[in-house]
Amino acid sequence: MKYLHQALIISAVTFAAEIVKYLLPLPVPASIYGLLLLFVLLKTGAVRLSQIEDAGNLLLELMPLLLVPASVSFLTVLDTIQVMLLPVLIMGLIGTIAVMYITGQVSQRLIRRGGKERSHE
Amino acid sequence: MSELLTACASFGLFLPLTTYQLARVINKKTGRELCNPLLFSTVCCCAVLLLTGTDYEVFYENGGSILEFFLTPATICLAIPLYKQFNLLKKQAGAVAAGCAAGVLAHMLGCVLMLRLFQMEPAEYISLLPKSITTAIGKGLSEELGGYPAITMATIMLTGLFGAVAAPGLLKLFGVKEPLSQGLAIGTSSHAAGTSRAVELGEIQGAASSLAIVVTGLLTVLAAPVFAHLAG
Repeated sequence: MKYLHQALIISAVTFAAEIVKYLLPLPVPASIYGLLLLFVLLKTGAVRLSQIEDAGNLLLELMPLLLVPASVSFLTVLDTIQVMLLPVLIMGLIGTIAVMYITGQVSQRLIRRGGKERSHE
Repeated sequence: MSELLTACASFGLFLPLTTYQLARVINKKTGRELCNPLLFSTVCCCAVLLLTGTDYEVFYENGGSILEFFLTPATICLAIPLYKQFNLLKKQAGAVAAGCAAGVLAHMLGCVLMLRLFQMEPAEYISLLPKSITTAIGKGLSEELGGYPAITMATIMLTGLFGAVAAPGLLKLFGVKEPLSQGLAIGTSSHAAGTSRAVELGEIQGAASSLAIVVTGLLTVLAAPVFAHLAG
């Protein structure tokens, strides 16, 4: 029954996050409120890692599968993007590659520079 | 055929599960990452819907929504790797902030380039500004700034799917080897969809990618209104 108890905690956090989303007039999804809320609960010790880890890791492992319906819904927007297909494709593919490259390189250089300075000390 | 699928309440659950698992079995049998499960499953589902002339709504109502429902609690659980790796992330706060900021800036400048290159209408250009962030924030931001939310959502989806499929190969190509940088690069460029793949690469990657979703979302909300003015 450990999964039942873990599912209960995770659904309670989800529910609380949905209430926050209802109350705050910001375009922020419940999942982001929930992520921050669960992080605070773990950090303060209100929820222990062992109380959610099994069910939580199961959900994390399944995440790409959970994205399939959202990806399939791409079919429904094919008509709307036709008006600006080329910019959308360029930004979606090349833009994503560029951001990945820049963020990766900038942070990696800073991490390695920091590591070197520390090893000189 | 479409009528049959409409009558089967589990078809939208069965189809993604089978095709996703099939891709995993193929990868396991061949010992190589030949087909990405998310991409393979998406393509198969789209093909079945198109070939049978079935609406996406039928797929969604008959099981697809069950999978999508669990996306919110799964995203919330990204707090787990974030919590476990928090000390490392705190120690590298500078790299986290600079990496995310550089990514957001590069993306915004890319949009300006598109604006000039394609002589886009302001609303079209604005629709591209929130494309690296999670759908709900991106859609809201696009509406607020005067873009087309549907185009923003389509671009966000394309970005996420592409990031989730191509990220590990691209990072290898770019020589990004630090686990933390890999995670940041994925989260900044392709939000929660990419992060689902970062989690598979490792706990540090998952944690960094989760943090990058939040930081990038915040930076984009702050920077997009400034860049939106450039259209006028």
